[in-house]
Amino acid sequence: MFTIKLRVNVSSTNKRNILQLHFNGLLCSNVYLTIVLTLFVQLFFLPLNASAQEKTDNEVILEIAPKLSDKNTRDGALVQLIATDAPMSLEWLRALLDGVLYLRKSDSLPVIVEKLGNSFKMVNASNGNNEGKAGRREVSKIKINNAIRGKLRAAIASISLKDDDPQVRLQAVKTMTRSLNDSDLAAISQTLPVETDKHVQQAMQLALNLADLSGSGDQIKIDAINAIGINTDDSVTQKLRDLASQPEAPEVANAASESLIAIEKRISLYEKIETLFFGLSLGSVLAMAAIGLAITFGVMGVINMAHGEMIMLGAYTTWAIQTVIPAFIEYSLFIAVPAAFLVAFLVGMLIEILVIRHLYGRPLETLLATFGISLILQQTVRTLISPQNVPVSNPAWMSGLWEIDPALSLAINRVVIFFFCLFIFFTLMWLLRYTNFGLKVRAVSQNRQMARALGAKSGSIDALTFGLGAGIAGVAGVALTQLSNVGPNMGQAYIVDSFMVVVFGGVGNLWGTLLAGLSLGVFNKLLEPWAGAVLAKIVVLVFIIMFIQKYPKGLFPQKGRAAGD
Amino acid sequence: MKTKSNFVQVICATGLCLASATATAADTIKVGVLHSLSGTMAISETTLKDTMLMLVEQQNAKGGLLGKELEAVVVDPASDWPRFAEKARELIEVNEVDAVFGAWTSVSRKSVLPVFEELNSLLFYPVQYEGEESSKNVFYTGAAPNQQAIPAVDYLEEEVGVERWILAGTDYVYPRTTNKILQAYLMDKGVAAEDIMINYTPFGHSDWQSIVSDIKKFGSTGKKTAVVSTINGDANVPFYKELGTQGVSAEDIPVIAFSVGEEELSGIDTAPLVGHLAAWNYFMSVETDENDEFIEGWHKFIGTDERVTNDPMEAHYLGFNMWVKAVEKAGTTDPDAVQEAIIGVSVPNLTGGLSSMLPNHHITKPVLIGEIQDDGQFDVVSETDGLVAGDAWSDFLPDSKDIVADWRKPMMCGNYNVKTGKCSGQHLQ
Repeated sequence: MFTIKLRVNVSSTNKRNILQLHFNGLLCSNVYLTIVLTLFVQLFFLPLNASAQEKTDNEVILEIAPKLSDKNTRDGALVQLIATDAPMSLEWLRALLDGVLYLRKSDSLPVIVEKLGNSFKMVNASNGNNEGKAGRREVSKIKINNAIRGKLRAAIASISLKDDDPQVRLQAVKTMTRSLNDSDLAAISQTLPVETDKHVQQAMQLALNLADLSGSGDQIKIDAINAIGINTDDSVTQKLRDLASQPEAPEVANAASESLIAIEKRISLYEKIETLFFGLSLGSVLAMAAIGLAITFGVMGVINMAHGEMIMLGAYTTWAIQTVIPAFIEYSLFIAVPAAFLVAFLVGMLIEILVIRHLYGRPLETLLATFGISLILQQTVRTLISPQNVPVSNPAWMSGLWEIDPALSLAINRVVIFFFCLFIFFTLMWLLRYTNFGLKVRAVSQNRQMARALGAKSGSIDALTFGLGAGIAGVAGVALTQLSNVGPNMGQAYIVDSFMVVVFGGVGNLWGTLLAGLSLGVFNKLLEPWAGAVLAKIVVLVFIIMFIQKYPKGLFPQKGRAAGD
Repeated sequence: MKTKSNFVQVICATGLCLASATATAADTIKVGVLHSLSGTMAISETTLKDTMLMLVEQQNAKGGLLGKELEAVVVDPASDWPRFAEKARELIEVNEVDAVFGAWTSVSRKSVLPVFEELNSLLFYPVQYEGEESSKNVFYTGAAPNQQAIPAVDYLEEEVGVERWILAGTDYVYPRTTNKILQAYLMDKGVAAEDIMINYTPFGHSDWQSIVSDIKKFGSTGKKTAVVSTINGDANVPFYKELGTQGVSAEDIPVIAFSVGEEELSGIDTAPLVGHLAAWNYFMSVETDENDEFIEGWHKFIGTDERVTNDPMEAHYLGFNMWVKAVEKAGTTDPDAVQEAIIGVSVPNLTGGLSSMLPNHHITKPVLIGEIQDDGQFDVVSETDGLVAGDAWSDFLPDSKDIVADWRKPMMCGNYNVKTGKCSGQHLQ
């Protein structure tokens, strides 16, 4: 709506003497009114404030804190907090943004908390003293909303332009670039000559060039367009699009549209790479879910409808581990992988010994029995744990984006899961090819009688192999917790896909499973943009049915005696 | 109490509900509870079964109804739509219940509807739904589209300044109808067709990479963009996780959801979702005496104060209290008498107002918009002035804008066309 620029000199160290607030109609009217009123009150009492300098900044902050927790005084208090120049204020703003600024209920002391399971570790927010632990009900959080979050980010950005960490500076410049204003630009052009980090320099230069694009003078604009070159940042394309559609300055419009064409070409290239990545990532999830099945169904020939529930058991193991050791979320996955393998392995062995062993050679009965087992396992989890989903946290090292370009960034958890899938795959290959156990597994699956005659204990081999397949499904479950929900039904989502991948890849062939998973993933993602998610899924299914009609043994049929016919 | 409810659950899981129901004394008023305790919908419906057991227990502690004890008869339709109809018939014919509280998905409601109409019994349906329906035998205590979707869009447009809209939903009747209404509503308001993107995904969709990437692109034009989500059930968790992974924050592109409440969030790490929105008629975080009492009663009943409360629970609370009041008013549990008595009945809701049953069998409710906090609760950022009356037939769809429902005598019609002056029986033709 309008912009108010307000100079508030509250301290001698003028790190940010210009306080700028944008109100663009985002706030609901009563809040808006409160702010305007607060601002007027502030303007009126400004001399008074200045004369009250003997109050230390920290004392001022302490007075502000309780006001932050009341919706009616919150916005005014925030303006004050941003204007205060106390060394702690930046930490306060960050804590507020991160939602860790609390008030101790007993004495309204503002504390910055760290969550430890059900209790909080408190640190005094004004002097950093340790205040011990508190239960959930002893502290109350200072709540904020989206409009305030936006303002906090802008305020933090303008303070952290001189931060020691180049990453923080880069983030600050990027936040500023989204909505450039004069004071930010002044600050940027002031700090650019002393900036040492290359990436931050580039970001700052881009911000200045962008400002030139909205400035005056055609030549300046054209120079700025040339200086920006091919940059896929959203703010650049938006600005260029505006310029290209302005008929009053044809030269600028020409330069802008030329540059835009080059940028769009680059973006469309990145989009293709992104689609490929999405496909490979979906493929790795499919392949991972299917590898366990490739063992039980592919190698042993058992139709295991409870395969999805093995994935679920692995996922619940991850949840259990995170619940038992809430302080070590970062390492929880490393513990969860072997633990989930073990749990699913044991359950798998148990199922084999109790049920499947008695049904070999009777595929229909195996199918029904394992389907029954899957229902029993689901309902057991529902009854013992809860019918609701359970929360599994992502460790910090698996969150976030790996930004290659503004138009191309890859999710780190998906990259990790892709390589984890390859790791499982090659470990399994090695196990089957180069170990004594693997030799026996292959022997039993190819010719049970002959293997037994040569001394392989087919009974224990069967149990171990089935356990292995189940264990690998459990490990897949650990990875899936990072992408999807963990609940009693989660296994159902993967069972059809898993069978699809195994059948498409060729029963009994691990390579086939991997390649089938990856190619189905890519195929699905190529279809999705123009067919929609629902149709893409149908098309993939139809494609597989047609493919199996033509090649009943899948992509990589087994040859020779192993084919079994 | 927890052991008792578990016991009932176990009994029912083994298919012995019938035995447990018939073994009790005859001088009770029976209330049917028709919620899935197994299968995909158990995630949401189990809580509602517990809510009903709690409400019945609390009513009995207050002295029952008409001097008789209330008795809840629980059945498990196992998330299987045809079985909903079978179990409804069993409740009414075999167990002879006087009213049924239940169903969640629209398809399960549609499946039991003919049974209730044929046997002339009462169903209280507690979930927000797509509207375009008004049956003589059903009371819709959840939100109609004008009590959730329309105010939500108004909030985004007026207070957040949204100009571009992504309507994302799961591919079934509720999202499709709601999005149809919203699209018509937005076009009426002058939003250009190219500023609306509609996207449907299958049930339980788990790979959101491309769609979130499309949302990002759609929102990168400089105009403020928001996602209106009618994504249902399990698909929400991976959707929100993907939003977090791809760095779509609530300040850039807020997502407002109609099917995500406290219960759904209790299964997610909410840190990346902070600031995204939901529109409901009730939030657990609302501070009123009624709500405090309700939450306290719930925690006592369920045996842990970890459990959350949510909007459909409040809907059952309202529906149950309305039914109790109507039975007291009519002095009998006879369905026809209760149907007549319940229209106009008002009971206090949990957000500090009085909700009333309207002649179209919908109720009046406040509409609240909340932002997700990192503790899985919502902080109310906007609330309608006063209550909104539920509209059975949307005014924004050409087919239904002339239709009204009024179950008072003499009209007694669920779909009266004000233009032609015709009533086409129970179902719109």
